[in-house]
Amino acid sequence: MTETNALRPHAEDAFAEELKALAAADDRPRPERWKLSPWAVATYLLGGTLPDGTVVTPKYVGPRRIVEVAVSTLATDRALLLLGVPGTAKTWVSEHLAAAVSGDSTLLVQGTAGTSEEAIRYGWNYAQLLAHGPSRDALVPSPVMRAMSEGMTARVEELTRIPADVQDTLITVLSEKTLPIPELGQETQAVRGFNLIATANDRDRGVNELSSALRRRFNTVVLPLPATADEEVDIVSRRVDQIGRSLDLPDAPEGLEEIRRVVTVFRELRDGVTGDGRTKVKSPSGTLSTAEAISVVTGGLALAAHFGDGVLRSSDVAAGILGAVVRDPAADRVVWQEYLEAVVRERDGWKDFYRACREVSA
Amino acid sequence: MNGPLLMGVRHHGPGSARAVRDALAAYEPKVLLVEGPPEADAVVALAAEKDMRPPVALLAHAVDEPGRAAFWPLADFSPEWVAISWALERAVPVRFFDLPAAHSLAAAGEDGGLDPDAGRRPLPEDGPAPDGESAPEGAAPSEGERGRAEALRLDPLAVLAETAGYDDPERWWEDVVEHRGADAAADRDPYAPFDALREAMGALREVHGDGGHPRDAAREAHMRLRLREARREHGDDGVAVVCGAWHVPALAATVPVTADRQLLKGLPKVKVEVTWVPWTHRRLGRHSGYGAGIASPGWYGHLFAAPDRPVERWMTRVAGLLRAEDHGVSPSHVIEAVRMAETLATVRGRPLAGLAETVDAVRSVMCEGSDVPLALIHDRLIVGDDLGEVPDGAPAVPLQRDLTRLQRSLRLKPEGGDRELELDLRKDTDAARSRLLHRLRLLGVHWGTPARSRTGSTGTFRETWELRWEPELSVRLAEAGMWGTTVLGAATAKARTDAVGTTVLAEVTDLAERCLLADLPDALPVVMRALTDRAALDSDVGHLAQALPPLVRSVRYGDVRGTDAEALAEVAAGLAERVRVGLPPACAGLDADGAAEMRGHLDTAHQAIALLAQSRGEADDGLLDRWQGVLRKLASRDRTPGLVRGRCARLLLDDGRLADGEAARLMGLALSPGTAPDEAAAWIEGFLAGGGMLLVHDRRLLDLVDGWLAGVPAEAFTDVLPLLRRTFAAYESGVRRTVGELVRRGPAGEGPAGAAPPGGAADGPGVGMPGFGPDLDPARADAVLPTLRLLLGRAGPGETAAGPGGTEDAGAGPGTDPELGRVS
Repeated sequence: MTETNALRPHAEDAFAEELKALAAADDRPRPERWKLSPWAVATYLLGGTLPDGTVVTPKYVGPRRIVEVAVSTLATDRALLLLGVPGTAKTWVSEHLAAAVSGDSTLLVQGTAGTSEEAIRYGWNYAQLLAHGPSRDALVPSPVMRAMSEGMTARVEELTRIPADVQDTLITVLSEKTLPIPELGQETQAVRGFNLIATANDRDRGVNELSSALRRRFNTVVLPLPATADEEVDIVSRRVDQIGRSLDLPDAPEGLEEIRRVVTVFRELRDGVTGDGRTKVKSPSGTLSTAEAISVVTGGLALAAHFGDGVLRSSDVAAGILGAVVRDPAADRVVWQEYLEAVVRERDGWKDFYRACREVSA
Repeated sequence: MNGPLLMGVRHHGPGSARAVRDALAAYEPKVLLVEGPPEADAVVALAAEKDMRPPVALLAHAVDEPGRAAFWPLADFSPEWVAISWALERAVPVRFFDLPAAHSLAAAGEDGGLDPDAGRRPLPEDGPAPDGESAPEGAAPSEGERGRAEALRLDPLAVLAETAGYDDPERWWEDVVEHRGADAAADRDPYAPFDALREAMGALREVHGDGGHPRDAAREAHMRLRLREARREHGDDGVAVVCGAWHVPALAATVPVTADRQLLKGLPKVKVEVTWVPWTHRRLGRHSGYGAGIASPGWYGHLFAAPDRPVERWMTRVAGLLRAEDHGVSPSHVIEAVRMAETLATVRGRPLAGLAETVDAVRSVMCEGSDVPLALIHDRLIVGDDLGEVPDGAPAVPLQRDLTRLQRSLRLKPEGGDRELELDLRKDTDAARSRLLHRLRLLGVHWGTPARSRTGSTGTFRETWELRWEPELSVRLAEAGMWGTTVLGAATAKARTDAVGTTVLAEVTDLAERCLLADLPDALPVVMRALTDRAALDSDVGHLAQALPPLVRSVRYGDVRGTDAEALAEVAAGLAERVRVGLPPACAGLDADGAAEMRGHLDTAHQAIALLAQSRGEADDGLLDRWQGVLRKLASRDRTPGLVRGRCARLLLDDGRLADGEAARLMGLALSPGTAPDEAAAWIEGFLAGGGMLLVHDRRLLDLVDGWLAGVPAEAFTDVLPLLRRTFAAYESGVRRTVGELVRRGPAGEGPAGAAPPGGAADGPGVGMPGFGPDLDPARADAVLPTLRLLLGRAGPGETAAGPGGTEDAGAGPGTDPELGRVS
């Protein structure tokens, strides 16, 4: 993996220097086949300065506790489940964990509704199979199987998108640490150092709940949403900027206020309490993730650019917000109207917004 | 070991407690000195009684002024408690040797507020909560004052932790003291921890002096004097001392006796009494009351009580709790959680898994990353529900004293028999009596029960009580002693706690009302806060509607009693707004029972909102209009059940918000042939319930009902009958008879042919008011005139010329008005 002009290099290549410096400075005990000690893995993710002066950039900005729990989970040979709404850096954390622990983040199964058992266990090379009959040579191992035999960290992305019966294939892998191959009367046993990181989204629609048998095999870490409004505004405006450029939308320099407004509305409804912490509000059934805030703002920008005067205004985002908040027409509508009447109506400088929202919700 | 055994501890530290136990067993002192007010020497023996169960607190209060008081809480894992129990078991005398509360309370009074330092100086032992669990919890000074005072003080623990490279002093203390392996203790020098701590504190005090605690000088002088006394009596080897670690260097220092005496000379003094009161883990907790104390009394209690393997035992308890709450937790979860906690401790470089590690492990392994079950664990285990007990022999609590004083000044004697008391709240004494009784009720001391006035007076400034003092009320009062030392303070504290603990919205509104009645301005903001929070989260319109009336009543009381009801009105308006928004969806798709319930809510909410709009006057920004808008929407919406729809129409009609003929239009719509008979009957019930005069007066409506009823098919009639019966049976008999007569007279107009005139009947000649003949019967009209003249005081017949010519019947109709105008 030496090509440097990849569009997006793997974590272990992009941060190879840091990993090397950490390994050199790391004198703590390492679990078998780990490239770094748990402490060094935590440092790799959270950032810090090594004794030799190497600066390790923080990969994850968030509570230290979360990273420590995640690393400890991997060290106890329990599988790790990273939960969270879209846009909370689940995949990012899982990739860097795998890179730091095993030095390889590529043993990846991408979960979709079409993911089959073969993708998790093994498939067959049918030419070989027909020519020579069933044998190890005809077997095509999955990333999980390879990780087991080599003592590496496997990753399963979007575990809850995988159909429930396919998910359950993982139970044997995680509890018995073995993968039987009944066709050959053999099995592949996991060697020490094997572990699995799964990411999942439990609040979206169209997900397959994990069976409790599978759930028991995981330690769960919930990745939180951005802690402060400023952080979230920052994330949203940065992403909107990127997306806007790829969609060739005109710049909207005045839009920051509306972005802040969208983020405020989303945060308040999500947290069930207003920003000043003085009024409680009901939370709607939708997730109201940062990712959704981004799409509301992008949609608003498109509206403003193509049908408005090019400046992002309340009326451009109002419809988008309504769509994001009111997922369940009966219950969420009441939540939204209460929020409008009890919070938005009385807030200074939000008159336009209130009016725009009233218009679209009527 | 030479000299007295000086054990510097951290109050409520289980590690300290264990060390104290070991050291006492090894040292066998002849007398024990404990930090605390010497006045408590008299009651210390009670600690050994069977009925005494920690957590308890020593309470010292000024005799003349019960509000001036200080608490010294003790849990069973407090080193002081361990030492006292040890000494009492072996009949070793126990003496408290801090500065007498007589002085500290007096000094507190002079400062104009209770100084947090008046009690035991808690600082070095408490880490991040510098005013500590032993800060007096009586009438605390305002938050701001405390904050400033704290800022000036040094937190020695924080300094030590920082020196050791920890960012959290609590964690540092746990690592170095509380979590020292319990098993290794046997073959270790029992005095070692105290020596090390003394050294550390000595170094600190060399640098920082008194660390911003000037009062300590007098306290430590007193401690030294008493220590000297004890050493004289029992020799150097016979004395053991338990006190905050911070004081140890000062006690070990050699200071001339005269210098100490000098320091103590001329200190102000008050008469003080000391007693034991029950305490709770929750009040030891930092999150409660005045925000002082330790964060995790339950965890500390566990650490102290667990004989070995504390983490394993803790996880088992957590699993037990979760199972009791129907969370599936298997033994393998427990195993994994323990492993996880230990690995986390290793990753974090801690010697043993602490509270933070166990919490993280439980969250990740047992709770699937969710904080919801974790909150339960925090509440029940980490803080805990433990409630202490105090033997009956303990001296009376100051609350009792305060009540006696109030009873005397309000001339309200406790008497065994029933007695009725009428209060006129416009008088000061009566108002104060009412407040006292309401406050006592809040505290669960039901001396008075509100009664219906015998004189039948309904004015808001009158109150009637039934008084009866039962002996068990004294017990209740003693129990209430933990809430405070005065009736006002205790009621306030209780109301605040109740507000936070109540989950049902209606209970919180009830509490708000009682707070207003009891005049507890300090509790009201907390209650209001709880109220808005509950209201915001409650999605059941029924609950909201139930909560509204008491709140609106309170707004009105507020006016009568001169309390500030503005905030309350604000909350009530918010609640009304929520009811308004939530009502239309809540009215959709209801069955018959649901509709009946909703009708009740509609009535209460309507009344309350009308009252609210009225009492808010100008501040009201069209709430009533918006409310009526919703009623109108409901009245004309097909999805709304008939009962509710009819009710909405009726409420609008009563308020004069339906245009002429609109009611008839709505009724015609509801009763038109397309509507199922039971639905129509429900509409009638909703519309007509609670007063049938309407039918007597508006003949059009009666005719609509009559016409519809006559058209109900035979097979549906039996279904409809019970509904109608229910509606009409509730009418007064007079009304029923009149309606019956009107119906017998047949439809309006002339006989059967003239059906009810539609909509607005014209007043033109030939067509009369609905329900009346088309023309006057002059002969009968004339008969009225003599009486009318008498009534008007006009006897002269000369003016009667126009009388019979009057166009209308004299009894009703617009015709009388011109007539009257002319006659007078």
